[in-house]
Amino acid sequence: MEIFSAADADVAAKVRADEIRATFAPPEPRANAPRWKGESIHLSAVTKSFGARPVLRRLDLDVPAGQFLAVVGRSGGGKTTLMRLICGLDLATSGTVRVGESHVTGLMPQVRLLFQDARLAPWQRVLANVGIARGPHWREEAHAALRDVGLADRGRDWPSVLSGGQKQRVSLARALVSRPGVLLLDEPFGALDALTRTEMHRLTERIWTEHGFTVVLITHDVAEAVALADRVVVLRQGEIALDVPVDLPRPRSGIASTEALDLQRRILAAV
Amino acid sequence: MSPPAHSEAAVLPAASAPLAAEPAEIRRLAGARAAALGRALLPWALPLGVLALWQAGASLGLLSSRVLPAPSDVAVAFWRTLGDGSLLTNVAVSTRRALIGLAIGGSIGFALGVLNGIVRPAETAFDSTMQMLRNVPHLAIIPLVILWFGIDEEAKIFLVAIGVAFPIYLNTFHGIRTVDRGLVEMARVYGLSSTALFWRIVLPGALPSVLVGLRYALGIMWLTLIVAETISSTEGIGYMTMNAREFLQTDVVVLGVLAYALLGKLADSFTRAIERRALAWHPAYQNGSEGAA
Repeated sequence: MEIFSAADADVAAKVRADEIRATFAPPEPRANAPRWKGESIHLSAVTKSFGARPVLRRLDLDVPAGQFLAVVGRSGGGKTTLMRLICGLDLATSGTVRVGESHVTGLMPQVRLLFQDARLAPWQRVLANVGIARGPHWREEAHAALRDVGLADRGRDWPSVLSGGQKQRVSLARALVSRPGVLLLDEPFGALDALTRTEMHRLTERIWTEHGFTVVLITHDVAEAVALADRVVVLRQGEIALDVPVDLPRPRSGIASTEALDLQRRILAAV
Repeated sequence: MSPPAHSEAAVLPAASAPLAAEPAEIRRLAGARAAALGRALLPWALPLGVLALWQAGASLGLLSSRVLPAPSDVAVAFWRTLGDGSLLTNVAVSTRRALIGLAIGGSIGFALGVLNGIVRPAETAFDSTMQMLRNVPHLAIIPLVILWFGIDEEAKIFLVAIGVAFPIYLNTFHGIRTVDRGLVEMARVYGLSSTALFWRIVLPGALPSVLVGLRYALGIMWLTLIVAETISSTEGIGYMTMNAREFLQTDVVVLGVLAYALLGKLADSFTRAIERRALAWHPAYQNGSEGAA
């Protein structure tokens, strides 16, 4: 005797599919809502000077939509400046910066930035921090983003009780809420211990694979760059010193293969 | 602050309960309760001790009632003035003046602090003036205030308002200027409007400092009122004590002083309650009230 009819199974499957869609797909297109797909980045002949000192010199860089790019270099090599130009916190002295079709002339709503420190507002609970921009349905969206980074049950906590790794995960969820076309990571894992860092690498790789936005990761850790990125660019004294693809299979285990180690050596030589 | 509910249940006669606690457990819980009670009573030990010495000195005739009345006389004066309604009337009149002055002066100080904290040109225009005015002892202008407003309510409210405006101004300004720049930058990147930035980042960030300003202001509020009321009044605690001085009623004078102390303490507890609520996110205010001390 059948307890569940075929119709019941159909309904169940439909509900499940709806749940999945609700988690990963944009609900209804909102006015000026950023699309949940990667955006390309184009820099042509970009120079940025602070006073008389050029930090970036006539830089050309094209990042196709959906690519995971790592930018490596010494401190003062222009990495953070590059990132601030892409998200519109600073404007180029000369040359053009485009994200998708739009020229960067101010802060870009489709670009989100993960800072070195998590920068959570201590007076807002975790859920409210994730939904800091308070769009329509922000509670549901913030909750979905928290679930995405594995912190579904911490929404009601104050940020002060979280560990460093959890804070960075909350800040990742905050960046994901608006479904950005480009995610900029400014050494967000630098201050974490080795185990937590590996955990964050896996999480970042998984979320990037699922959602397919474009990532620019700034780091001084060559191993991290090779472990995560599709392509590594070395920035030295404001110019691109090396630009190599990383053709390693995904998901990457975190344990470097001989191939990866060779690549690391090549990159280190260029830094 | 209060022990968890289950410990109370364990200390109550719980012999009939199937899960009665072990005697050792009961003793431990009772000990914890006694310790908590001790902590609650300790702050009162010193004032109560002084009170006992004072009463003893007065009863033995060591203290002249012209100098200091016995606590029992003060208690009698309390019952007498409470009975004829004069105490409550005077306290109500003083409280009303204090609160109106605080509302006016506090709003002005807060608004100027926010304005100068956010808008640089406003700071350039107003801040040095504020610094000059702030260093004038506001009680020094009492003669002028009497000329302007006479000896009516306005004079007292004006003085209180002037007195409270500056600590609130300074602390609001300082609080807003020291809000984490990184958070402001984050808010801009995440697309917060100026209004949202103010309500969600700037104001909560400045709030601890604003509340410190409020606590300072409450102290100054009562101080100003005492002086203002003793100079010229027909009502209020200050009037009550000055009037009593004329008739050598030291008991009423002491009663007036106690009324001020009590009102001051009430105001302080009130701000602490606000702090505990508004700063619940702050690690110092978490885990109950112990961190708030």
